[in-house]
Amino acid sequence: MALIELRAITKYYEMGDQIVKALDGIDIDVFKNDYLAFIGSSGSGKSTMLNILGCLDKPTNGQYHLNGKNVEVMDQNELSEIRNQEIGFIFQSFNLLPRSTALGNVMQPLVYRNVRLKQRKEMAMDALTRVGLDDRTHHLPNQLSGGQRQRVAIARALVTTPSILLADEPTGNLDSKTSIEIMQLFDELHDEGHTLIVVTHEDEIARHCKRVIEMKDGKIFNDSNTVTDAVTH
Amino acid sequence: MFFALFESFRSAVISIYAHGLRSFLTTLGIVIGVASVIAVISVTEGMSSFIGDTFATLGSNSLTIQSYTPFEDQMKGIRARLTPEDMELIERRTDGIASITPILYASRSSQIKFGSQTAFSQIMGTTYAYQDVSQSYMSIGRFLAPSDNATRRRIAVIGEKVKENLNLPENPVNEYVEIGGEWFKIVGLMEPKGEIMGFNRDDIVLVPYNTMRSLQGNQTRTDIQIQLSLSDTADADSVTQQLTTLLRNAHDLSSDEDDDFVIQTADQLMETFDTIINMVTVVIGGIVSISLLVGGIGIMNIMLVSVTERTREIGICKAIGAKRHHILMQFLIEALLLSLLGGLIGLALGYGLGTLISNAIPSFPQASVPLWSVALALGFSGFVGVLFGILPAAKAANLDPIDALRYE
Repeated sequence: MALIELRAITKYYEMGDQIVKALDGIDIDVFKNDYLAFIGSSGSGKSTMLNILGCLDKPTNGQYHLNGKNVEVMDQNELSEIRNQEIGFIFQSFNLLPRSTALGNVMQPLVYRNVRLKQRKEMAMDALTRVGLDDRTHHLPNQLSGGQRQRVAIARALVTTPSILLADEPTGNLDSKTSIEIMQLFDELHDEGHTLIVVTHEDEIARHCKRVIEMKDGKIFNDSNTVTDAVTH
Repeated sequence: MFFALFESFRSAVISIYAHGLRSFLTTLGIVIGVASVIAVISVTEGMSSFIGDTFATLGSNSLTIQSYTPFEDQMKGIRARLTPEDMELIERRTDGIASITPILYASRSSQIKFGSQTAFSQIMGTTYAYQDVSQSYMSIGRFLAPSDNATRRRIAVIGEKVKENLNLPENPVNEYVEIGGEWFKIVGLMEPKGEIMGFNRDDIVLVPYNTMRSLQGNQTRTDIQIQLSLSDTADADSVTQQLTTLLRNAHDLSSDEDDDFVIQTADQLMETFDTIINMVTVVIGGIVSISLLVGGIGIMNIMLVSVTERTREIGICKAIGAKRHHILMQFLIEALLLSLLGGLIGLALGYGLGTLISNAIPSFPQASVPLWSVALALGFSGFVGVLFGILPAAKAANLDPIDALRYE
């Protein structure tokens, strides 16, 4: 069974008296250990796609099953819980809590899981070690470089052992050298068995991924999987 | 639940600490509010406990009867009187009296002289029973004796203040003072009793009752005051009832006429003072609590700013799994903690202020902070914190995660 099943997903916004179709009939299956990129120009609907996949927003219509759970019927609190259990977010602007240390930031999602402080620390330390930041645990975000901040964010996403890691332009605020390091980390995570979904407009980044879905005007323009399927058939 | 509370508490402490100065300024309104409430309460409370103590020394089971003429009647030249015959009647016909004594105030002059010193004092003619009724104790010498009254001796017992005013020697016994042109020998000095509401109870001169009467000449219109103390088993209300009936009969008052005398107990006097002080406390306290309200609005204001400022953080927390109650609790506890902190600082400040006031004004009673006012101040500031914290906290909890994440 697919980890993510999207069926006929639509998302409409009202802009004055106009209706904008941000997503217009999306059908996607994402399987475990997929390494998937959404690409497309701005306005193609990939940010909306990310919000729906990340359970930050609900579709106007359609079905979304995440790890067997029916997401589109959930209320805000249940969505919070799903985000906490199933999804690890990695943002373009890192989105770390400015007044918490690296360790504090990584421990934060565990607070909402009612994990005790001592255990929280151990789990967060493991995650920080995994991203190679075990020597920067007590630094505040503004004392870290961009690459280090993104590593903290990745550690925060990893600490809850989510079913998918969801990255939104993860290298958008980084220089090319650091970008490569971060993407190498992503590759490693994929090799370790994680499921990664990356939203990006950079072909460089998409090239790392095993599957690329190009979006245009709220629709799937091209899916490398189906193309390959078409070729094999 | 407990876990979530603890975590909210932890993050609130971190947040308050991180914005040290702003947190302090935010809570300043509460600090000032609580400080003024506590200062007012501590001063008035000190005053009222002082008054309570003072009246206890008056003898709480004593009654005072004096004549009372309504102002209208005074204009017509009518004067109600209490006569020595009234007192004899009371003494004979009333149960439950331990001691009873007449008091006759000097009517012409209350001037008293010693050598070249002149002073004005309250000069009263009374009997030996006054010592029991007024709970006076001697510091040197003796009190008035029954025989002094019978033989109309020219002797006087004085209070501490009179001794000071007249520059009498440390032991004034056997010195002579001049009262109304007559020489009186001092036989005793009473122990100091202090002041009640600016009235010095040590500024008195006691002479035998009959001596005073003879000094005033053969007046037929003598108006005396009667003081009596009750026996242990007597009930002040029932004695008052008896006295009223007795005196109304003696004065031939018909049922539609008002009493031409007043019976006062020390308790009544104390209650009157207590009522006044309580009213003052409530009124000033009420005015001052408005500042607490203003302080609460200050907290709400800053919390709202803080929510806006931290919109992005709230978005992050929601994205990584915070539920509504996590965010709500965090902000609510922050507001509660801020105002409780203000309440504690205000409490200390108010106590200091009260002590300062009572020490700065001479002869003002010591300030005292009753436990209920501490509980009230902290309870009220906590209440204010929750009340004014709810709006910002709800605003934070209801933020949409996508909008919050996008907020710059």
